[in-house]
Amino acid sequence: MAGDGTEILIDEKGKRTDGRNLDQMRPISIKVGILKNADGSAEIRMGRNIIIAAVYGPRELHPKHRALPDRALIQCFYRMSTFSVGDRKSPAPSRREREISSIIANALNSVAFVEAYPRTTIDVYLQVLQADGGTRCASLTAASIALADAGIPMKGLIAGVAGGLINDTAVLDLNNIEDQKGSGDVPVGYSPTLDEISLLQLDGVFTIEQFEETLKLSLKGCTDIHKIQKEALKAKYIKIRDEVSVEVENLVGKTEIKEDIKEDIKEQDAKLTESTIKEDKEKKVEEPPLKAPKPVPEESKKEKVPEESKENPIQEPSKEGEDKTEVV
Amino acid sequence: MKIITVKNMSKTLIENHDIVVPGVLLAEGSYKYGDGIIREGDNYFATVVGLFLDKGEFIQVKALKAKYVPRPGDLVIGKVVEISLTSWIVDIACPFIAILSANNAIEKRFDSVNDDVRKIFDIGDIILTKIFAFDRTRDPSLVTNERGLGKLRGGRIIEIESAHIPRVIGKKGSMINMIKRLTRTQIITGQNGRIWIQGKKIEDELRAIEAIKKIEREAFTQNLTNRIQSFLSEKQS
Amino acid sequence: MTDEYIISEIEKEYMLALLEQNKRVDGREVLQYRSLEIETNYIEKAEGSALVSLGDTKIIVGVKLVLGTPFPDSPNSGVITTGAELSPIASPFFESGPPSEKAIELARVTDRAIRESHCIDFAKLCVIPGKLVWILFLDFYILNHDGNLFDAAVLGSIAALATAKIPKVKVTGDEHEVLEEKVPLEIQHYPISVTTYRIGKKLLMDPTFKEERVTDMRLTFAFDEDDHIVSAQKGNKGVLKPDEVMPIVKQALEISKGLRKELMKALPSK
Repeated sequence: MAGDGTEILIDEKGKRTDGRNLDQMRPISIKVGILKNADGSAEIRMGRNIIIAAVYGPRELHPKHRALPDRALIQCFYRMSTFSVGDRKSPAPSRREREISSIIANALNSVAFVEAYPRTTIDVYLQVLQADGGTRCASLTAASIALADAGIPMKGLIAGVAGGLINDTAVLDLNNIEDQKGSGDVPVGYSPTLDEISLLQLDGVFTIEQFEETLKLSLKGCTDIHKIQKEALKAKYIKIRDEVSVEVENLVGKTEIKEDIKEDIKEQDAKLTESTIKEDKEKKVEEPPLKAPKPVPEESKKEKVPEESKENPIQEPSKEGEDKTEVV
Repeated sequence: MKIITVKNMSKTLIENHDIVVPGVLLAEGSYKYGDGIIREGDNYFATVVGLFLDKGEFIQVKALKAKYVPRPGDLVIGKVVEISLTSWIVDIACPFIAILSANNAIEKRFDSVNDDVRKIFDIGDIILTKIFAFDRTRDPSLVTNERGLGKLRGGRIIEIESAHIPRVIGKKGSMINMIKRLTRTQIITGQNGRIWIQGKKIEDELRAIEAIKKIEREAFTQNLTNRIQSFLSEKQS
Repeated sequence: MTDEYIISEIEKEYMLALLEQNKRVDGREVLQYRSLEIETNYIEKAEGSALVSLGDTKIIVGVKLVLGTPFPDSPNSGVITTGAELSPIASPFFESGPPSEKAIELARVTDRAIRESHCIDFAKLCVIPGKLVWILFLDFYILNHDGNLFDAAVLGSIAALATAKIPKVKVTGDEHEVLEEKVPLEIQHYPISVTTYRIGKKLLMDPTFKEERVTDMRLTFAFDEDDHIVSAQKGNKGVLKPDEVMPIVKQALEISKGLRKELMKALPSK
């Protein structure tokens, strides 16, 4: 990656080829939960990069001997689509793709509570649909969101962005041309809430001062991306909540139901407990096929299986599933 | 934004019922805390995407999505996926495979020479089962030789986010019983997010499913029972 | 869990019971397709692209053009290469690794519909006869698998081809130069694939992933807009009685017309 004097990457006004300032990132948009089958998913667009992240797991690991006795294994598969770049990419995985997969897996390992799921695997798939410089960092940003969307407990989210050097000037978030013609880049994965760097690479030639300045820029970039990550993860729920509040307004004064329901429930419960149990321990062919076994009364379930807070040392007074009267 | 001071120097930084994401600083000071929170010194951070619950001295983040993790005693709905001579492997929609051994399946003693496991449960069978044992070192084991447990027949199965099952059941079963009554269906809920539904008419089942899906989607909001009642009443008329 | 999804007996019986009444789990008619959405030009760096959603089945298709030498037996024709990847992103039952048999069948059946319908004029992909032609790589990745990949793949492929643009090439003697200017790839025919699935004695179309697990036979036909059959593929282990075939073809042809309308609506007008 040698600096190429003939290319003007920064003009006299300090603007870059795509019109950005030196410390300006490309526009980012993130959609969460875009894939039905995956446990967690996200699509990130950063400039012209388009990357899809999907998480499957924690799930059973094959072959079993690779399983870790005390924690989940995080496996990452970063893949470029054949049409994601100017010249068609070969569909076979390259060494570059494998290396990126492994550094992203390492970064995710630092924030996920892998101890919660011993002997399992958490598989993170990253499909680059379009690449325009900085895909590993954008992939890490998306992967960390997909992990959170999958409900995997994490210490914090990781945001990724590369800083770089163009004609001895530190800039933030290299695009493809800058990546190729500039004199170096520093991809960084950073979690602002933890103040931890979980991915760091460097490619090119930097003085110590230039490196420090570039790193600073990257960390600032990560902090900004982190805000977008947070909003993206919340967006779906906030939308539902807004819809619900409209629905609630429409309901006001329309129904006075609580007491009725209680009576009906008592009746219903009494009936349920009376109904006979069909013991169904063995296959009986002559039985009518659509006969249902007796539903287990919900109450008995509730007693045997208390709330989520069961594991907590503290007994919580207010129970799960209860319709709280305190309305916000 | 309202900041509630609970006691000397302790304060929450997030409003009760706000949606939080991993890494968010929730509170400082001294609290009792539940799921979805990690403590670092005097700081409390969220570890999941969830609903922040502030009960004064007790704080918690209720996850909005999570893989089901078995707990001994949980009733779950499983699917038989593999058979060996004396046991079944059961998919219970969790990160681990569950094992039901023949001796835990039927009340009488299993005779491995004369009894045929396939005649008890076959591949593809849906069973109502209970987590018998599970810990960090071994896969969950199941039982079906208790009253009410065993193979489910007829009806249909849906899957929802297991974190929202308690909401579907409601306080003392209030929600699920209301759905059953208003849709004239039988419903069995598994803690693992699988729900068995059977009605006399497909329309009834579909209404029950719609109601359950609505609860799943809006599980983190208030006044759900009233809204579901209204929803089902409207659908009926 | 296991390599193949095991459909539960309850779900299977339920589907069969509903089918007896010509009903389906999601409330559709037996021959009704799910809603089709196509977003074209999704990938700027591809010469053509489309993201197709058929219900919850999602496929991204990209077209790349590369200059290369023609096959000796067709010196004046361009070349098309179709590749499918059943990416593990799409389903817990897909694994990473070299293309599976399923992926290869999917790619080949899609390829046939495009090739045999003469959807594109390969002569127009020739740059220097006998020496230089465009090789058209049509690659698609399944992003979410909820059944009926065969029909969705053809819809997505045609949408990607219909929006593809070929760079102009300046030829001087033996030298050539690829220019910035691009011209749209001309589409001569719009093949539509319609797969009929059979469960017991019942026929249905556009199954979901779970419905597919219950079917015993699938029969794919692709038609052009002049009512020609341009490709066929029987899949799965189930067999057909000779008198079953023609009613399936005729029904599929009718369905293909509606689907083609849907496709044309989704394509940007030229």
